[in-house]
Amino acid sequence: MFSYSKLSNKYKAIVIGGSAGSFQPITQILSGLPESFPLPIFLCLHRLKHVRNGFVEALSIKSVKPVLEPHDKESIKRGNVYLAPANYHMSVELGNSISLSTEEMVNNSRPSIDITLESAAFSYKDKLIGILLSGANKDGALGMKRIKERGGLTLVQDPEECTIKTMPQAALESTEIDMSLSTKDIVKFLVELDRLYKVKHEKI
Amino acid sequence: MYDIEISDLRKLIQLVKDKYDYDFKDYAMSSFKRRIKRIIELYKFDSVDALVEKLTHTPSFFEEFVSEVTVNVTEMFRDPSFWVVVRDEIIPNILSSHNKISIWHAGCSSGEEVFSMQILLEEMGIRDKSHTVATDIDTAIINRAKNASISQKNMELNTSNYERYQGKYVLDKYFSKNKDRYHFNQDILSNVSFRKHDLVKGQVFSKFDIVLCRNVMIYFNQTLQNSVLKTLHESLFKYGFLCIGSKESLIWCDISNKFSVINNEEKIYKKSRD
Repeated sequence: MFSYSKLSNKYKAIVIGGSAGSFQPITQILSGLPESFPLPIFLCLHRLKHVRNGFVEALSIKSVKPVLEPHDKESIKRGNVYLAPANYHMSVELGNSISLSTEEMVNNSRPSIDITLESAAFSYKDKLIGILLSGANKDGALGMKRIKERGGLTLVQDPEECTIKTMPQAALESTEIDMSLSTKDIVKFLVELDRLYKVKHEKI
Repeated sequence: MYDIEISDLRKLIQLVKDKYDYDFKDYAMSSFKRRIKRIIELYKFDSVDALVEKLTHTPSFFEEFVSEVTVNVTEMFRDPSFWVVVRDEIIPNILSSHNKISIWHAGCSSGEEVFSMQILLEEMGIRDKSHTVATDIDTAIINRAKNASISQKNMELNTSNYERYQGKYVLDKYFSKNKDRYHFNQDILSNVSFRKHDLVKGQVFSKFDIVLCRNVMIYFNQTLQNSVLKTLHESLFKYGFLCIGSKESLIWCDISNKFSVINNEEKIYKKSRD
């Protein structure tokens, strides 16, 4: 359920994972983001390993912000949207940059959502929001657990709304997830969050 | 479940440096941490301290440690479009001014890129004009590369990459099959020498027309990337080519102005200044 009490301007980053059935909700989120949205967003979506081109373009079409596939050690900038490139794991590195890697597949996936989520949780600690969308395997469940353990906020797409609910369901089973929301409410949450950061700026 | 803290890793890195003279200080922390976690799970240590203890008292364990810390996931003809550019543009460019071609695979792991390059040269009919050195920090993996045996599971990906590369034949032609292992035809490795070499130490041992160092420096932080790039730069003849991974970049490096971009999509650079 949507809860205003979870809103806070302490957050520094958002990380979103998704697999089968996540293209539509992610598009909805990216198109509903306010242009001024201040936090960096890391997207780790399962994708074909050998198709390097096309995906980032497809996501960019409807997105308010450009979606970027970072290079290794690229610095993280506020308000940017970063998509894990094909056939690489994407991690948040200490010191505000992004690391890519070709390590073993995790949960049969490269990029793996667990890797992106865990590394982000390690860097941002309680200042991270993790969002897990529709998907057909359990990748992301451990990552969401890590976010929760380090004091971050965890949201999943409401399994009832998911095309395939295995992924958010697995997270719900492994961790006490803060909120299970429809895509519409995830967007609303991000819009409210943006408003909060604006208020903060006006005060200054 | 157990999670590792940076202070644990610092302790481990210090021990390895003091006792074994290998320096992991400037490895990318995110992946290094995962490697250590992997070792701890694999060998059922109950903490980083237990691993430190083992390394302190059991020098024979160190080689295994190095093998597990370094990432040895690789595939033949990874990014087929890269290999097309090497075949159709880079090699012809070198041969237009040289009779011979020298190649260095820096961080060759289990050898898949080496095999790919040798097949490429063989199919161009110029393998006898080439000399290749392939190096890695990990002795065990060099032996695996020399042995050139690939599991059936990995062959599927290699084969589909080779097809996308549009090689002349079928990939199986270069292998003999024994149960579920594919053995690479050793004749095709006749112009390759495998050696142990640690990129971190920065030793320059020869000069080359092409250096391939794809998806190796991603395991290093920017400080180490800068110093390794200096080594690679020194190891190239002027106008020689440097190939890095498709999502690596020279943009942030100190010596990026000594290279010019030949193909931005495939990350191929030319040494333009000494």
